Amino acid sequence: MVDAVLFELLHTEMVAELWAPDSDLDPGPGGQRTSLQVLEGVGFRVGQALGERLPREMLAFREELDVLKFLCKDLWGAVFQKQMDSLRTNHQGTYILQDSSFPLLVHVGSGLQYLEEAPKFLAFTCGLLRGTLSTLGIKSLVSASVAALPACKFQVVIERS
Amino acid sequence: MSRPAPRKPEYHKINKDLFVLTYGALVAQLCKDYEKDEDVNAYLDKMGYGIGTRLVEDFLARSCVGRCHSYSEITDIIAQVAFKMYLGITPSVTCNNSSRNEFSLILDKNPLVEFVEELPAGRSSLCYCNLLCGIIRGALEMVHLAADVTFLQDRLKGDSVTEIGITFLKKLDEKKYRRKK
Repeated sequence: MVDAVLFELLHTEMVAELWAPDSDLDPGPGGQRTSLQVLEGVGFRVGQALGERLPREMLAFREELDVLKFLCKDLWGAVFQKQMDSLRTNHQGTYILQDSSFPLLVHVGSGLQYLEEAPKFLAFTCGLLRGTLSTLGIKSLVSASVAALPACKFQVVIERS
Repeated sequence: MSRPAPRKPEYHKINKDLFVLTYGALVAQLCKDYEKDEDVNAYLDKMGYGIGTRLVEDFLARSCVGRCHSYSEITDIIAQVAFKMYLGITPSVTCNNSSRNEFSLILDKNPLVEFVEELPAGRSSLCYCNLLCGIIRGALEMVHLAADVTFLQDRLKGDSVTEIGITFLKKLDEKKYRRKK
């Protein structure tokens, strides 16, 4: 079993490295792209892959709200060993998921220090949520905001076709 | 550091996959960003180094290993304690030279490649698991041991085993050896 700390350290390293690419190495056709998008993209792929691995019984959702509850309880529990603290919705496709102590922010700092850095530590997870939703057949836009570390809010907006 | 509470079986599986899947997505991203295999390998090694320098603290706090008196002891600990703790595997250890500073870790199983059947097309020199070499190198450096760590053999490249070579760069103080005798 792979220890959970490895993921945390890998994530920290990805934030540090993808944010400040080594200028000595020649960038290939992948080229220049904002680092937040890169981190979000990596998270998206992982979210999709995780979604594909969920047992079928878990995926029998009756309605959209059940999917979001699943993300808050089961996905968060599996990935971060805790549940989301609150879930709110306007019942029109927008959901706010609140975590008062987001594990990937806990080691960064607390309060208002490093507020500017916070988005880098959230991009992967936004992608993760979007990717898992995508595997469950839901297209969405996911963003995150931080008022004071380590609390953060994820906003999921479901795209209706 | 307390152990995580027991989880539902599904959680366990998702959690085990998270690191491996993230690593795979990272390698895929690096392959998009860098054309040359050597550049991706160097990047993975560098990232591993950063991780290793931090991982060693976690390791020392959780493993209660005593003081080591030889490179052989250290390599055994890497294989039997560290690899077991973090990746759930125990590579076997061989010593490759008489000065006893060159060792190999033979990986029979490797969780990092669980979802990888073969290297991507056009990437025959990619050291997919190069992060591991950087981690070992970074961790050793934090305990004041300089070492070269590279893949000597790689199943993904068609070799029969996956083998990581560790070469400790500074000879142990001769006096210490004599004392032990």
